[in-house]
Amino acid sequence: MSENTPCWNRPVEFMAPDQLRALQSERLRDLVGRVYEKVPRYRQKLDAAGVSPKDIEGIEDLSRLPFTSKDDLRETYPFGMFAVPMDEVVRIHASSGTTGKPTVVGYNRKDIDTWAEVMARTLAAGGAHAGDFLQNSYGYGLFTGGLGAHYGAERIGAAVIPTSGGQTKRQLQIMQDFGTTVLCCTPSYALVIGEAGRDMGIDFSRLPLRVGFFGAEPWSGSMRQEIEASLHCHALDIYGLSEIIGPGVGYECLDKSGLHINEDHFYPEIINPKTGETLPDGQMGELVFTTLTKEALPLLRYRTRDITRIIPEQCPCGRTVRRMERVSGRSDDMLIIRGVNVFPSQIEEVLVGIEETSPNYVLVVDRKPRGMDELEVQVEVSSKMFSDEMSKLESLSTRIGSEIENILGLRVGVRLVEPRMLERSMGKAKRVVDRRDLGQ
Amino acid sequence: MTAVQISVFLENKSGRLAEVTNALATAGVNVRALSLAETIDYGVLRLIVDKPAEAKKALASAGFTVSETEVIAVEMPDRPGGLAAVVNLVTQSGLNIEYLYAFVGQRGENAVVIFRIDDVEAAITALKEGGSRILSADELSAI
Repeated sequence: MSENTPCWNRPVEFMAPDQLRALQSERLRDLVGRVYEKVPRYRQKLDAAGVSPKDIEGIEDLSRLPFTSKDDLRETYPFGMFAVPMDEVVRIHASSGTTGKPTVVGYNRKDIDTWAEVMARTLAAGGAHAGDFLQNSYGYGLFTGGLGAHYGAERIGAAVIPTSGGQTKRQLQIMQDFGTTVLCCTPSYALVIGEAGRDMGIDFSRLPLRVGFFGAEPWSGSMRQEIEASLHCHALDIYGLSEIIGPGVGYECLDKSGLHINEDHFYPEIINPKTGETLPDGQMGELVFTTLTKEALPLLRYRTRDITRIIPEQCPCGRTVRRMERVSGRSDDMLIIRGVNVFPSQIEEVLVGIEETSPNYVLVVDRKPRGMDELEVQVEVSSKMFSDEMSKLESLSTRIGSEIENILGLRVGVRLVEPRMLERSMGKAKRVVDRRDLGQ
Repeated sequence: MTAVQISVFLENKSGRLAEVTNALATAGVNVRALSLAETIDYGVLRLIVDKPAEAKKALASAGFTVSETEVIAVEMPDRPGGLAAVVNLVTQSGLNIEYLYAFVGQRGENAVVIFRIDDVEAAITALKEGGSRILSADELSAI
């Protein structure tokens, strides 16, 4: 079976486990030496942990290394963790930070090449190849989704149609007229495309669309079935985060039974998020990555805050690189809405800026049937914010909405609500109500 | 020479208005007039009551966001043109009316209009110069 499995880099994806481990060990030794020499913060962290680069002989020594968190990136904002001179950096992306400042990531030429390689593996594993028309509806911009998928698609020789997100009718027209065979977008946008297509009278079973690569937000197995029924194509999950590289960290093959990790580049561990202890394959915990080959922004044991497990068994496709299960939650309070990372602390910062006090608020996330994720910010109206004039209340909620949109780049609903005395008196306020079905 | 209005923030949920009126009834507060402005999500209830301080306390302790608002209560003849004459006095002096509502009280032939105007002093001057009678807080409560 494995001979027929579509695959971009057979020597690596089917590498013998001990050979892979040797490669990872060699790359880890090099990585630790580089960050110790080039990144002052890593030198401090390693010194504080009492670990010297020469102590790291192989991948089995990984757990001796300190973790890296989003806080490290925030405290060195914007470029403090970069390990190459700025004149070597050829690309900068950014995603949300936990507070006002974004998380900034950089790439040199080799990193861009690595990224194209891992995305090429991702697309090839779903059967995409030269000759395909690949419609890329991930947003192009600071978000890594658009350009990440784009470079991988060019690498495999597909004809990329860089539609970016939005303008659904135009997307559908292009899909019909150009004969799109491969679609890349968020899973919720895939459902929007399907729904809008049906409204326009499009019969997807008559279109040449074969496979879609859907990521950048959490989704479920039932949503896969819904997308596949709606668009008449394979719906594959992809995984990535900009700190590690962007999309291309993990990918599903057509067996659709977990995401293969490009572990020759990104070494995965599962840890207990409370104790930091490394857990054996098979156990649920927080996913941690070490970027074995990254040059501009190499990271040791970066805590993704995503909860999942490594699947110990080999995949029926025959690949030897390990798989992770679909992400089932977060060990922090980050939400992913239409591909945008949202931390409640960012919303709180906006509200404090407007009211100069910390108002009570609740974030309600919902996904309408066949619709996109919606975030509603419910703000409790305190006596200080309250006005007997409707126009002042209306302009308050408009201002909250536009300032949040400025910070997050995401349109949210704002609803002014009465104070909830009871819920608060029962202890720590529950800030997030997630009504999406994100189960397996 | 101003009167006190009690303003209450209300979500558009069934039963909330009843909770306001129940809280006021329990506190022995009598409502003289009210007006409700609303959007899809919420509304603002504006109340003229006989005992504003008690009303505010009762509503706040029932968990409502409530405030006192300074308004002007003007007596006007309860006949066609009565309201127009009073409104003209305000607008002709260049003042902007945020909102108003009126009620027919128990003061003989007259009705009462409640004005919410940002520049209270200027409005009172304009109304008095035009010959309108402005009710004091006590007079209003006594209706």
